[in-house]
Amino acid sequence: MEKSRIIAPNVNGLIEHDHNNDGIDRRGFLKCMAWAGTGAICAIQGGVLKSYALGSQMGSKMKSHKAGELTFVQISDSHMGFNKPANPDVIGTLKAAVEKINALPHQPEFILHTGDISHLSNPAEFDNVDQILKATNKEIFFVPGEHDVLNDDGKMFLERYGKNSKGSGWYSFDKNGVHFIGLVNVMNLKAGGLGTLGHDQLEWLEDDVRHLKSSTPIVVFAHIPLWTIYPQWGWGTDDSAQALSYLKRFASVTVLNGHIHQTMQKVEGNVTFHTAFSTAFVQPAPGKADGPGPMKVPAEQLRSLLGITDVNYVQGRHALAVVDSTLA
Amino acid sequence: MKRTILFSGVPVMLLLAVSALVLQPTRATAGENSSTEVRVDNFTFGPETLTVAVNSTVTWVNKDDIPHVIASNDGLFKSKALDTDQSFSYTFTKPGTYPYYCSIHPKMVGKIVVQ
Repeated sequence: MEKSRIIAPNVNGLIEHDHNNDGIDRRGFLKCMAWAGTGAICAIQGGVLKSYALGSQMGSKMKSHKAGELTFVQISDSHMGFNKPANPDVIGTLKAAVEKINALPHQPEFILHTGDISHLSNPAEFDNVDQILKATNKEIFFVPGEHDVLNDDGKMFLERYGKNSKGSGWYSFDKNGVHFIGLVNVMNLKAGGLGTLGHDQLEWLEDDVRHLKSSTPIVVFAHIPLWTIYPQWGWGTDDSAQALSYLKRFASVTVLNGHIHQTMQKVEGNVTFHTAFSTAFVQPAPGKADGPGPMKVPAEQLRSLLGITDVNYVQGRHALAVVDSTLA
Repeated sequence: MKRTILFSGVPVMLLLAVSALVLQPTRATAGENSSTEVRVDNFTFGPETLTVAVNSTVTWVNKDDIPHVIASNDGLFKSKALDTDQSFSYTFTKPGTYPYYCSIHPKMVGKIVVQ
């Protein structure tokens, strides 16, 4: 079925489709998938995610839309400390992502970082990222990736980024009528399994959304995809279906993930799933290599495969627009 | 002489039997000590099942550009994050089967059989 299939990235041109017959361009959605790399832009418009590139056509497209009541940026997988051939300069590419954000025509209100801030959970790596991201002058909301909780069960991550969170770092907040939920699916992983949310977090989630009106747009963000992309490589979350069952009654749910270092999108009923570029290095398309490890690409191509995601929400419209743009 | 006494009779048989057990599963990988080495490469453990004698020290070496964490399923042992070319060793003092996995990439699984 078209609605649930994964569509292969296409880097050329603006792709627009209307998934929900609501006037939102479906090709815009697919555009999200077209970049693998540093970030993505998403606009929430009345409940559905919309995506378009920030490149040439993109910029003008963005402007032609009514400025969103709420615009935010997602960045992911900075992997500070990584220094292998796939990208010997992750500082440089993260700085490029910051420049990209600062140059956006509609300045985002805040930033979501969907994990793998660091490569080895070292304090100096976190320090470096904090320092570089400071130049955005924006509030930043984090959820951990597995690389951020390596040696201490996430204690350092919580001290730095999770002061107001519950459990291993999950939390929610509201902005401009949109309910944001940050989830943690990189802790207590079981042998042979995928990402895990766990009983406590699921219970919290059920309770967290109980009081919300069904018309409230929901944005869920977490590191590992909350949809099964490629289980052989661990690209999915074992108990994500349980989490999504609590969100069924909402008109618009947007799920933003990282981890796989490439953009992908899927629409299933009221839920739009989206994965963001990394700002650090590229990983292969599912099953297109022997394993999911970092992929070396020609140096001149690297920044066209890294990026940021911009999300825009316009009240009264049905969709959030999600726009991926590369660092190139 | 001491040597002849030591190598005669039942003890010799035992010694041979034990060394055969130790050496048998290691033939596949080259090198004298590779019998107790697990290569972590391309998000897999090689060999996935390693058989060793009691009191063997097994060493995992990470050959990936991504860190891995070696953890036994039952919590008996767990390494720190191993960056590229870093290794972790554990000595198995009791016979048994010890399943383990990478605690940050749990699809990676292997086991050590101690005889």
